Amino acid sequence: MRIDKHPILEFKKGKKVKFTFDGKVYEGYEGETIAAALHAAGVKVLTHSHEKKRPRGFYCAIGNCGQCVMEVNGVSNVRTCIERLKEGMVIKTQKGKGSIL
Amino acid sequence: MKQVEILVVGGGPAGLCAAINAAQAGAKVLVLERNEDLGGQLIKQTHMFFGSEKQHASVRGIDIASILFNKIYELGNIEIYKNATVLAIYDDGIVSAEINGRYMKIKPERIIVSTGASEKTLAFPNNDLPGIYGAGAVQTLMNVHGVKPGDNVLMVGAGNIGLIVSYQLMQAGVNVKAILDAAPEIGGYLVHASKVRRMGVPIYTGYTVKEAYGKDYLEKATIVKLNDKWEPIEGTEKDFDVDVLCISVGLSPLGELLWQAGCEMRYVGQLGGFVPVRTENLETTVEGIFVAGDVCGVEEATSAMVEGYLAGLTAADSLGYEIKDFEERKQDYLEQLQSLRSGHVGDKIRAGLDQVTIKSEAAVV
Amino acid sequence: MLERTGVPTAEQIDSVFPSEDRLAKGPVAVIECYQNIPCNPCYTACKRNAIKKFEDINDLPNINHDDCNGCGLCIANCPGLAIMVVDATYSQEEVLIKIPYEFIPLPEEGQVVKGLDREGQYVCNVKVIKILDSKALDRTPIVSIAVPREYMKVVRNFGI
Repeated sequence: MRIDKHPILEFKKGKKVKFTFDGKVYEGYEGETIAAALHAAGVKVLTHSHEKKRPRGFYCAIGNCGQCVMEVNGVSNVRTCIERLKEGMVIKTQKGKGSIL
Repeated sequence: MKQVEILVVGGGPAGLCAAINAAQAGAKVLVLERNEDLGGQLIKQTHMFFGSEKQHASVRGIDIASILFNKIYELGNIEIYKNATVLAIYDDGIVSAEINGRYMKIKPERIIVSTGASEKTLAFPNNDLPGIYGAGAVQTLMNVHGVKPGDNVLMVGAGNIGLIVSYQLMQAGVNVKAILDAAPEIGGYLVHASKVRRMGVPIYTGYTVKEAYGKDYLEKATIVKLNDKWEPIEGTEKDFDVDVLCISVGLSPLGELLWQAGCEMRYVGQLGGFVPVRTENLETTVEGIFVAGDVCGVEEATSAMVEGYLAGLTAADSLGYEIKDFEERKQDYLEQLQSLRSGHVGDKIRAGLDQVTIKSEAAVV
Repeated sequence: MLERTGVPTAEQIDSVFPSEDRLAKGPVAVIECYQNIPCNPCYTACKRNAIKKFEDINDLPNINHDDCNGCGLCIANCPGLAIMVVDATYSQEEVLIKIPYEFIPLPEEGQVVKGLDREGQYVCNVKVIKILDSKALDRTPIVSIAVPREYMKVVRNFGI
């Protein structure tokens, strides 16, 4: 799902890093957003709606809408569409509304 | 508490241009940008911009961003905090912000709010399925991060964003099955429409989304033709096997801070939603708070940049900075805006602006 | 039609095409810009003043085909990619059409590709004669294709 060649753009990727999503190990590039790394790995469902538990992915990808919140390194409600990926991040599907630290 | 002369909230095209002109006039400027990257949506615009040379016409948006960044670094008196979200503008003029996880208070003498806009959504059954994304979101994913949104896309909205993103999806090697729009005519520039059309992408005007289908994510979408009362016509459904549905049905201004600051806001449909009442100098009804860009009316980025330059100039002038050729430059910006909006495609914008622009000082009294 | 589908009518295409006389004299720019939008880089790009100064930036481009030598500087400068250069003197059977093409892979010179019309539908095979992709073109390569004369006003794109 990654774009290898582009007529206009060159993508300068960060170094390859490993992270976990719900216990499974994934690879992505440092500095890209968590949502982008997950999408590139084929993960589209980032969370579920609170009441009807419907699957949710990102919608705006620029931090406006809050559809993409996940638990990152133990912190709830992280907007993964703008949070940048780092080596060793522990990313989990959030249960419900998450906790406030 | 940090003291600054001019605080710019939002480092997109409008905010950067505002900062450049204010700093050029001599003011100490602080730009707070919510994201890790400056440039707002310019950093994903791979197409050449319209307008004239003054607005960098025929330069790609990504390269306009670089031009503005270079100007900022040359100037030197612009401080920039990234990952900085403004939380509030209080009655006493104090602004609070969260910067890299830390709380901060700022006392600016003038504020230029250039927070931009956010993508609207569309109501239809299962519109919350993953795979249904804002068109701008898809543009960010592919043009900033180099990730394809999927294999087969249906684009909802034949405005400029819908047409441009369709073209860019094809440049990224993604199949665009069709573009549809509920309006009877294409809303975006026809040259953009012709560009995607001759790549073989059909444009269905007078159609809307009937329903999306899929278990965990989008697998299929059905569209339906509308009659002249905008009601679905039974039997005109078309199915598309797509894993991405892009929604490009307009933007709505991000005016929360203006509401909170007590600026008079009016609902103007032509400008995308609630927008601030402002003078020709782009000052709101709260003295010292200026606006520029999509937050004061959704338009093209070219107009946002000119508004930014204007607000930066007038905000610095209001601080008492002596600006050479102030009147002349102000008139030039006003004329640029007028010409960008003067054609038929600007009808809506002009009608909208008429409802929120305080024409002259005399009109206020 | 154009407003609903994005495809100009034959009459619209005729209205922007140079005269037969002018076409017979060599390469010339054809500007398919049918809508008043705020944009004038074609005028700025033209070094021969064939494209006249815009009184209002929303005016349609006004080109004097007799002053145009088909140099093609305007092609890659048009943000709408609405300009092509047509050389009707290319050969007895074929005309040469120079169009902007911002996709990859680029074809090879000499390659036979599918000529497409303004709806992206296959018309006939066309041969790629030349590809310009200099720095000045700023990632808008210009591809010259040889098109059977009868399809001069029909072919506007190609597919590989």
